[in-house]
Amino acid sequence: MFKRWQLALLVILLSIVMAACSSDDESSANQEDGDITLEYWQYSFDSKVSLMDELIAEFEEANPGIKVKQTNFPYDQYNEQVAAQVPAGRGPDVINLFYGWVPTYVDAGYLQPLPQDAFPHEDIESEFFPLVEATKMDGEYWTIPTAVRTLALFYNKDLFEEAGLDPNSPPETWEELEDYAVQLTKADGNGRLEQSGMAWEPAQQGHHWLRDGLTLQASGQVLSEDRKEVVWANDPAGLEAFKYWLSFPSELGTSEQGFYTDDVTAFVTEKAAMNIDGSFRVGTLQNDAPDLNYAIAPLPGKDGLSTNASFWTNGITARVEGEKLEAATKFLEFLTSDDVMERWLDATGELPAKESVAMQDKYVNDEIYGPFIESLPFANAHFFVDETRERDLVIDAANRVLMEGQDPEEAFNQLVEATQKLYDEYWEE
Amino acid sequence: MEQFKSPQNQNNKTNLAKKKKTSLLHKFRGNLKYQKYLFVYTCLLLPIIFYLGIRILPTLFTFNVGFRDWNLLSTDIQPFVGIENYVTLFQDEIFIKSIFNTLIYIILGVSGQLLFGIIVALLLHKINRFVGFFRVIYFIPYVTSIVAISWVFQWILMGNGIINDVLVNLGFPAQPFLNSPDQAIYVIIAAMIWQSIGFQMVLFLAGLENIPEMLYEAADIDGATGWQKFWHVTVPLLNPTIVFSAVIGTITFIQVSFTQVINMSMDGSGGPLNSTLSVVVYIYQLAFKQFDMGLASAATVILFLFILALTIFQMKVLTKKFDY
Repeated sequence: MFKRWQLALLVILLSIVMAACSSDDESSANQEDGDITLEYWQYSFDSKVSLMDELIAEFEEANPGIKVKQTNFPYDQYNEQVAAQVPAGRGPDVINLFYGWVPTYVDAGYLQPLPQDAFPHEDIESEFFPLVEATKMDGEYWTIPTAVRTLALFYNKDLFEEAGLDPNSPPETWEELEDYAVQLTKADGNGRLEQSGMAWEPAQQGHHWLRDGLTLQASGQVLSEDRKEVVWANDPAGLEAFKYWLSFPSELGTSEQGFYTDDVTAFVTEKAAMNIDGSFRVGTLQNDAPDLNYAIAPLPGKDGLSTNASFWTNGITARVEGEKLEAATKFLEFLTSDDVMERWLDATGELPAKESVAMQDKYVNDEIYGPFIESLPFANAHFFVDETRERDLVIDAANRVLMEGQDPEEAFNQLVEATQKLYDEYWEE
Repeated sequence: MEQFKSPQNQNNKTNLAKKKKTSLLHKFRGNLKYQKYLFVYTCLLLPIIFYLGIRILPTLFTFNVGFRDWNLLSTDIQPFVGIENYVTLFQDEIFIKSIFNTLIYIILGVSGQLLFGIIVALLLHKINRFVGFFRVIYFIPYVTSIVAISWVFQWILMGNGIINDVLVNLGFPAQPFLNSPDQAIYVIIAAMIWQSIGFQMVLFLAGLENIPEMLYEAADIDGATGWQKFWHVTVPLLNPTIVFSAVIGTITFIQVSFTQVINMSMDGSGGPLNSTLSVVVYIYQLAFKQFDMGLASAATVILFLFILALTIFQMKVLTKKFDY
């Protein structure tokens, strides 16, 4: 006979295995009391998560019968986590995505278009900044943001003064930017950079600056109207912007890739005097470098002004329907209300996506946020079919010139050709 | 040695086991001893179920996914596309590059690891004082977080980092290291070797302890030089350890080349210009950045066949039997 404890152990072990193998019915338990539970996913960003907790509590109070559950994943694992949950048949009802990922998600059939009765196209187009059109595809809006971000020039006032420059008149043109960068650069006797006049990191914001900033400033275009063709090289402005962009780490010698590991670290540690970065960095700077004496200015322009905008945006997943869809729509309406947008700016530093909210005097005249908001009317959000790969192509093109001595024109044409290939692949499906 | 038994032996053993099994069922009733065995076998079976569910079945499933056009985010049916994924991969310059890089990682990394492991073990084997101290020193990198080490290396190696300071002071030009498509991969391999010396050292020390002292004494009597003793006594008798280290080293090298590459390459994804991209990093990018599970699975299958072939090759070529 088995000893009793052996039998008991066996039963316990077997039941653990059984439990591990059986599917769990957690999701159905939620609806027992007649409440609708919405799963809301966004990435872990402390200020956003805590603000969202507050907003959810208010929303639940105003809409009895609807519960919202927030789940967060770290930014760099976000797509993997989403991807991992799909085959398991689980996942969010309302999801917060980076706008550059949206085409991939739409292509995979993961999202449904925003319901037009709650979000009529005319309203979106008249109220929101035109850059939200970056997620309009096949004649539908698939997502809607609460807030947007723009790129601007961050500069270190102390280092400006040290170099004999006026900290209250930041560079406004391409020539001035070059000139300032050179004056702010220090190198040792062996030509090694000690202080970079201009942080330069294509893997960070650098590729955005090239596409939505420099190219448009030189009155070029990256994409055709219908977003199917990469027209970057059709106009000499594209190459001009590419060469200007590359001049910082090459001819001008003001910059170096990986200088103090990355642009943000270099700027925070006062090793880089200027950097191009987004409004989302303000919070980091305030936390990590409270004593850093810096200011912000709109991006220097050439023929015209332009900057890059980007945003995290909310969509409803494909399988949500019926009452749940109504609840999800209500939640989205709440998230895009004027009041939430104002609170979003205060809590996270991201700019209101609606023009009437953003362009209020109190924001435009703000010392920190003013330059970002000022930039909104001429901001552009590039339509990505694949953000990661388009970014990598720009990085590779830059590295071929800087590290392998390839002719910039050749590298640029290769970049355009390879990017076109991505668009062809995307649209042929 | 023990772990490399001839196939005939194993066949005999399974036959024996079968005979035992039939008689085992027969004798089960009323026999306390066999009931005990049943309990033990049931307990041993549980990890196998776990192993089947977590490892074997997903592995087999990968073969299936590799033949399909499988978008990770899509909830539709995933169409069967035959060998299209494999064709795409072998036409993909980046994939070819990643295989080539992986070979460099393995060849240089594993041989470097073995070489330095043996050297450190031999040195430590000779000393009598501070043995524990040195062992700890050499073993510490192995138990340190790879991510932390990678970032420290980044700082040490950057344009105005400490190593370039030394180089410049000695009159050499500053080197780009991780920023150079020609140097980055070797820098990463060096960091990986440095980190794994401790593990190899432990294996080789254990191997060295097992070599009977009398063989060296006999060699001394025959008038062997130090080099001859090393080459004709130590190396042959360390052979099983070397084979084991090489196989394990290869497999772990393929695996850890992921963490190191992600954290040390300048753009965090195998750059510059894909010069440090390994197959595992590329598989990860295909699956979780481009959501193409079909391509990623096909690449995984290729990697699997690659490791299998390499392991068989290593066992066949490196394993030799020495009797003294």
